[in-house]
Amino acid sequence: MMTPQIAIFLVLAAITVAAAVSLIVQRHPIHSALSLIVVMVSLAGMYLLQGAEFVAAVQIIVYAGAIMVLFIFVIMLLNAGEEERANLSRLARFVGVPLALVFLAEMAFWIGRTTSHLGPGPVESVSTRDLSTLLFSEYVFPFELTSFLILIALLGALVLARREESD
Amino acid sequence: MVPTSYYLVLSAILFGLGVVAFIFKRNILTVFMSIELMLNAVNLAFVTFSRSLGQLQGQIFVFFVIVVAAAEAAVGLAIIILIHRNRRTLDVENVDSLKD
Repeated sequence: MMTPQIAIFLVLAAITVAAAVSLIVQRHPIHSALSLIVVMVSLAGMYLLQGAEFVAAVQIIVYAGAIMVLFIFVIMLLNAGEEERANLSRLARFVGVPLALVFLAEMAFWIGRTTSHLGPGPVESVSTRDLSTLLFSEYVFPFELTSFLILIALLGALVLARREESD
Repeated sequence: MVPTSYYLVLSAILFGLGVVAFIFKRNILTVFMSIELMLNAVNLAFVTFSRSLGQLQGQIFVFFVIVVAAAEAAVGLAIIILIHRNRRTLDVENVDSLKD
């Protein structure tokens, strides 16, 4: 029962997890940022696979585009170099890391187990028209609030990063 | 079609990797990036449940999460620039004046 969708999902999932591991393993922040971009792009592929086309487009434009460009800009602006490796104590290395891996595997196992009865849902993709109708009718107040939030964040970033006048 | 649980397992794995990166990384920029990774994992779960339950609200919430992430990135990176300007370091081990 290896349908093409499952094959695509497995390939995308492998890329996503590999890039997320690469984010942890890489020492230079710019390599971590590029790994994160790979994660975001392959997640956009998963949204497409689930029929959420508009979310996929927003994911590419806003996340992989705007936010990560901001990150890379700051990394280059601050000329961030390689980080020092965190020194793991012997206890952390031989007890903590395996325990964390076991916990991760167990969490993934039980989430998969307890949600396996959920069906894949309706096949058809979500139309952008339905989405925008819902956004601008029922959720119009939170939508306006987010524009306020963006404005405040803009002002906050300006105030914080402004260079102090030397008078 | 791909079963819902596959996506949820992937979302859990990504979130776990984000937590690991948040704890292990020393560079403040990478710590910040791991927060974005966790937000992405949550977004995947939102979209998956939205499809599985046949409701659009999950995708609406993804938009709000993305907006909040953008605002957070703007303010957080401004704070990081400020820290670098005042302390000349990006290592979280050296930003510990709240301890004293």
